[in-house]
Amino acid sequence: MTPPAVELRNISKRFGNVLALDGAELRVGAGEFHALVGENGAGKSTLAKCLIGINGIDAGEMRIGGETWAGGDPRAARRMGIGMVFQHFTLVPSMTVAENLSLARPGPPAVIDWNEERKSLAAFLADAPFQVNLDAVVSELSAGQKQKIEILKELYLGTRVLLLDEPTSVLTPDEAEEVLDRLRAMASRGELSVLLITHKFREVMRYADQVTVLRKGRAAGTRAVATTNEAELAEMMMGERRATEVTDRAEKGQGEVVLSVSNLSVRGDKGLDVLHGLTFESRAGEILGIAGISGNGQREFVEVVAGQRPYRSGGITVNGERYAAECDCMRRLGVFVLPEMPLRNAAVPSMTVAENMALREFDQPPITRHGLLNHETIRTLGLGLIERFSVSPPSPDLPIAALSGGNVQRAVLARELGGREIRVLIAANPCFGLDFAATRFIHNELIAARNRGASVVLISEDLDELMDLSDRILVMNAGRIVYQCTRSEAEQVEIGRHMAGHAVVQ
Amino acid sequence: MAAGRSGGCVPTEAPMEGWGVVLGVAAGAVRGSIPYLFVSLGECLTEKSGKINLGMEGVLLMGAVTAFGVSDRSGSPWFGLLAAALAGAILGALHAGLTRLPRVNDVASGIAMILFGSGLAFFIGKQFVAPMAPQLPLIDLGGWSASPAIRSALRISPLFFCGIALGFALDFVFRRTRWGLYVRASGDDPMAARSIGIPVGAVRMAATVVGASMAAVGGAHLTLYYPGIWSEGISGGQGLMAVALVIFARWQPLRCVLAALLFGGAQALGPSLQAAGQTGYYQLFNASPYLLTLTLMALTGSRHGGLSGAPGSLGRSG
Repeated sequence: MTPPAVELRNISKRFGNVLALDGAELRVGAGEFHALVGENGAGKSTLAKCLIGINGIDAGEMRIGGETWAGGDPRAARRMGIGMVFQHFTLVPSMTVAENLSLARPGPPAVIDWNEERKSLAAFLADAPFQVNLDAVVSELSAGQKQKIEILKELYLGTRVLLLDEPTSVLTPDEAEEVLDRLRAMASRGELSVLLITHKFREVMRYADQVTVLRKGRAAGTRAVATTNEAELAEMMMGERRATEVTDRAEKGQGEVVLSVSNLSVRGDKGLDVLHGLTFESRAGEILGIAGISGNGQREFVEVVAGQRPYRSGGITVNGERYAAECDCMRRLGVFVLPEMPLRNAAVPSMTVAENMALREFDQPPITRHGLLNHETIRTLGLGLIERFSVSPPSPDLPIAALSGGNVQRAVLARELGGREIRVLIAANPCFGLDFAATRFIHNELIAARNRGASVVLISEDLDELMDLSDRILVMNAGRIVYQCTRSEAEQVEIGRHMAGHAVVQ
Repeated sequence: MAAGRSGGCVPTEAPMEGWGVVLGVAAGAVRGSIPYLFVSLGECLTEKSGKINLGMEGVLLMGAVTAFGVSDRSGSPWFGLLAAALAGAILGALHAGLTRLPRVNDVASGIAMILFGSGLAFFIGKQFVAPMAPQLPLIDLGGWSASPAIRSALRISPLFFCGIALGFALDFVFRRTRWGLYVRASGDDPMAARSIGIPVGAVRMAATVVGASMAAVGGAHLTLYYPGIWSEGISGGQGLMAVALVIFARWQPLRCVLAALLFGGAQALGPSLQAAGQTGYYQLFNASPYLLTLTLMALTGSRHGGLSGAPGSLGRSG
């Protein structure tokens, strides 16, 4: 069955006061691999949701397989063969793969004959791009396997036009390659059209036939990938604004050891050890990258440093002094943390931006004098940081939860980097889900902190980011450091192998 | 409160010896497990859908008093049973409806339902203190034995077999039917469930209503079985213990059945020892179901918060 051609013309969509789409255009031919790029808030996800009927459209025309479609009805979209894989998983964790696939198909029988069901699933899998174990329980699978099952689920439901919202953000480089390779092959055979929403130019250049750039809800243009390049795409995304230059890395000799983690063992949420004697050191004036697929103990390590989780044995020292995750100690030793999901882990959502920015220093002068808080000082200091770190909207009095993800990240970064001397900065996936400009900004701040002599530990799932920024890279797998290399030795394939845990432990 | 009330003395004339205690505990396990069976299976269904109904104690008491009253007035214990199921369904719907409101927490509403259900049951029950209602007929399996103790132990309530069957049925439903998968999906990840078109709110409402209805049938057993009277202390906290039992059973219906038998047996320990002439410490043994609950909770609870088998979004709206 050939996928239907999709044509979106002049689509507008308004949410309250915000015009999310303002005459967007998109054409995906049958069997085409089409990339959709743009900054955060450019309207990529909104446009995709219009196409699968989650969002209705306010103006414009949608034609699917040549026929006009009014939109706003996900089930109708599904009947026409349009389906989407979201950033968050839509599998039921406690169920097996077979149960999940059968549950998703329309109208499962009241009493399920698992023998029959497995036969039809096996027949489907015979032609499927990935193989999965039908009896595996989803919660025990890696993010990569879950992502594959999400895609299989769509194909099982008869999807012919597959929308993918940043599908590779949770995958290892190998997994990402496998997934995109297989979909690319299906598209080349004319079995499937793919619309890939992504931030990664590398994926666009390597897999897509066509690329559409959105800017502020409008189509900034569509190009055949063969006739464009990354610079042109970046320019189309940014418009007249110039991208900030990358801050230069000051080259200096090796600094002394600042942060020393030795033999750290930590239990995870399920009561099992997730860190098994984690040991590493980071030096002054370097960015130490820690690569690894999420779920290998990175989150728990950051929680230990932030004081959210106790550890069982081992310890952390900073400048030779024993580190305890308490306000006084963190302040004295100059330890700062930029955790992932800052709204949950590093901010009080209902407090204002300025109050959140004061959380590190609120009990010190000048904010507190004679045991009393001075709200005016909190506000003034907040305003200063907001300006320095370009937090938008520039209002110190909004609850921080009202800000976009990128701006919450900026606000927390402002608090951590804004004041005192930094000896250690731990940043976990600081650019997850952020657009080009915001990512560049945060990268520059990390490099600047490094140049000032701080020891920056950058924990990231994005290997490109780590290779760009790090002076040294460690790979973490199953709660241990399994590999390390310097900036000049770093090689994507080798690191990827260790991330996946395939390499022999050295 | 008297834990041993429903698991009371085995009516027997034969002098009891050591084996008599064993027989008493076994018979008590059969008899006393019935309320635990129905409440825990009802709670299991409710919790699998992601809801918590702590109000089962209130539901149990309402089931007991409704069954008693209707059985007494209509003369048919079967009508009493039906009425109890209906009363449970109404309380379940009330709980599910309340907790669908924004900012109403499952636990808070559940505690309110304990107070409301038991208060209402006591109020209705005021008029029923003295009389005895028609009881459910028993199934006599002990005709082959000459021993009156064995014969009496083998006169078993049909509700026991219904409860066991219900456990197997629920297990089948969870594994093999569309509705079972809907319930599990709603309880484990409501966002995922919604994404495949499952009406999570409706599924949870249905599971809570049916679950409370089952629990009320367990309550009916309290008044429609020997000696067939109503008193305010009739449940002895069995509704609450059955809720704890679901956690111990790791949300699996067949394990609920086993756990219910264990609790029923523990409950019969004190009365059996008493009947065997051990009058010294029987009160201590009467407390065994409570001790068992505490011990099991301490053993199965984890210091690190993890509880394998729990539905992923238990007690969370969403």
